[in-house]
Amino acid sequence: MSEIISQYGLIFLAMACLFGFFMAWGVGANDVANAMGTSVGAKAITIKQAILIAMVFEFAGAYLAGGDVTSTIRNGIIDIEQAGFADSPELLVYGMLSSLLAAGIWLLIASKNGWPVSTTHSIIGAIVGFAVVGISADAVVWSKVWSIVASWVVSPMCSGILAFLIFRSVQKLILDTNDPFANAQKYVPFYIFLVGFVIGMVTLVKGLRHAGLEISFTQSAIYAVGIGLLVMLVGKLMLRSVQQTPGQNTSLHYANVEKVFGILMIFTACSMAFAHGSNDVANAIGPLAAVNSMVQSGGVFVTESVLPVWILILGGIGIVVGLATWGYKVMATIGRNITELTPSRGFAAELAAATTVVVASGTGIPVSTTHTLVGAVLGVGLARSIGAINLNVVGKIFLSWVVTLPAGAVLSIVFFFIFRAMFS
Amino acid sequence: MSNPISALFGRSPIRPIQEHMAKAQNCVVLLGDFLEASFAKDWQQTKLLQQAIRASENEADDLKSNVRKHLPTSLWLPVPRTDLLELLSIQDSLANRAKDVAGLMLGRKMEIPDTLVEPVRAHYQTSLETSRQALKGINELDELLETGFRGAEVQLVENLIAELDALEHKSDIGQINLRAELFQLEASLPPVNVIFLYKIIALIGEIADISEKIGSRLLILMAR
Repeated sequence: MSEIISQYGLIFLAMACLFGFFMAWGVGANDVANAMGTSVGAKAITIKQAILIAMVFEFAGAYLAGGDVTSTIRNGIIDIEQAGFADSPELLVYGMLSSLLAAGIWLLIASKNGWPVSTTHSIIGAIVGFAVVGISADAVVWSKVWSIVASWVVSPMCSGILAFLIFRSVQKLILDTNDPFANAQKYVPFYIFLVGFVIGMVTLVKGLRHAGLEISFTQSAIYAVGIGLLVMLVGKLMLRSVQQTPGQNTSLHYANVEKVFGILMIFTACSMAFAHGSNDVANAIGPLAAVNSMVQSGGVFVTESVLPVWILILGGIGIVVGLATWGYKVMATIGRNITELTPSRGFAAELAAATTVVVASGTGIPVSTTHTLVGAVLGVGLARSIGAINLNVVGKIFLSWVVTLPAGAVLSIVFFFIFRAMFS
Repeated sequence: MSNPISALFGRSPIRPIQEHMAKAQNCVVLLGDFLEASFAKDWQQTKLLQQAIRASENEADDLKSNVRKHLPTSLWLPVPRTDLLELLSIQDSLANRAKDVAGLMLGRKMEIPDTLVEPVRAHYQTSLETSRQALKGINELDELLETGFRGAEVQLVENLIAELDALEHKSDIGQINLRAELFQLEASLPPVNVIFLYKIIALIGEIADISEKIGSRLLILMAR
């Protein structure tokens, strides 16, 4: 039956590129802004700088650390053997196309209405939806799906706890001391080191494997320390430019202290973009990768194939276009609205969220960056240091994910049957 | 268009509460000018100043209801919501007390006996200082938030409040002395005037009491 694939192969690939681009556009238009907005809101970086950082680090994250998430989406959720794709590989192509289109459209609807939905939830809902209805319930690797769903609860909690601990350490070492400015200058480089170390570690352990480099865990750790030290050095040079301006309204100079954290936030913004790229971008292009390998092989499913760079580039361009056409507006809104989040809090939230997401990416689990970040902000709030947090939003987020899963599923089922009728 | 990250952050009540306190304390400052005008028996000027106090009190009222309106129970605050609302109404009574003094004195065209002008001025001055100290404490609220109500900043505010308590004590002593002086003059003054002089002295003293209460509220906010 792979005649269909060889007959319509190019059309399938073109459609996958189009839908994949659409999906990436949606990610760029909304999701990236969520990830980067905190840095913009804290005035650590401008919108232009945020877009620039996003361009570089989203791509780097997707390329260096996104491989496992992409393969989870490609072949971790559907049991290729059980689904019988050997006989009718075109079903997988229809399914992946419908999933991309469904998730893309759902994201568009949600962003228009300001619902806090997640790219990850939409795409997982869509894939599970077409697999259950279009193929059979046995085709889904339920254990995998449940572990992913559990991670959606666990990841915000983890990042919340992490953010609380990071912020408490900031209070102990810097804010609650008699000379917070001097202590900020002293300890902030260490946090910069942590940012470099975490990103470096995940890249080395996970990223370089598919680039063909095999290094041991210990070696990775040593190299990651090196990367951390290098990043710290850059940070130290940047910190030199922060001078204490006298005449603040208290003897403790918090405005100056926040300027030091502002430098730190540039680094956490990069790590946030990297983490987002490794997870959300990867799961947006996963279906495209699946269609591509199916078309390339003429209908034979190849499990371990290297992710072609052009797919990443397509995803990257989609994100940049999304940012440039719509995302910068969202970022500006966020920037205006979250002035309460000072750099010292913003960095703690970002570092915790980025770490959680990057670790999830390393283990191939698709989580929601936005929700993880929300969990991190709540964690900082636990330390009694955010003016006001709107708890309604937390309820809305929970509701939105209960709605997103069936919404993504229904849309993808509809498209699946349309495509099947069109081509088979 | 709303967005989950920006919708997550509510309006912090800290800044508006500080603005409210500044307005309320401004009423106390204006009361000083009012008293000077009444010492000089310039009733035209006292009328204008009484209106200015009322205007400032009105603005404080608006700020107060605004804070209350934007403090729904769904907001998660670093300090208990009820404590904040309580603080707000205590601050509000500061403005009210200043307005009461001005209103009562203007309404009765009260003249302070010449021998009492200096002691009343001093009594007011202590209350003014106490309210200023309370304002200073409230102005540290954003700094307290910055530190998560912990550490060196808490020490700083506790010291401010200790000074505030000392000032209030000074006001109490001043008030006792002032009443003693008035008691000496009682026989020579119209009885009704005497009653209201006692009343004015008590009201001015209350400004210091209220300021001290603001300090205690701050302590409660910091404690957990």
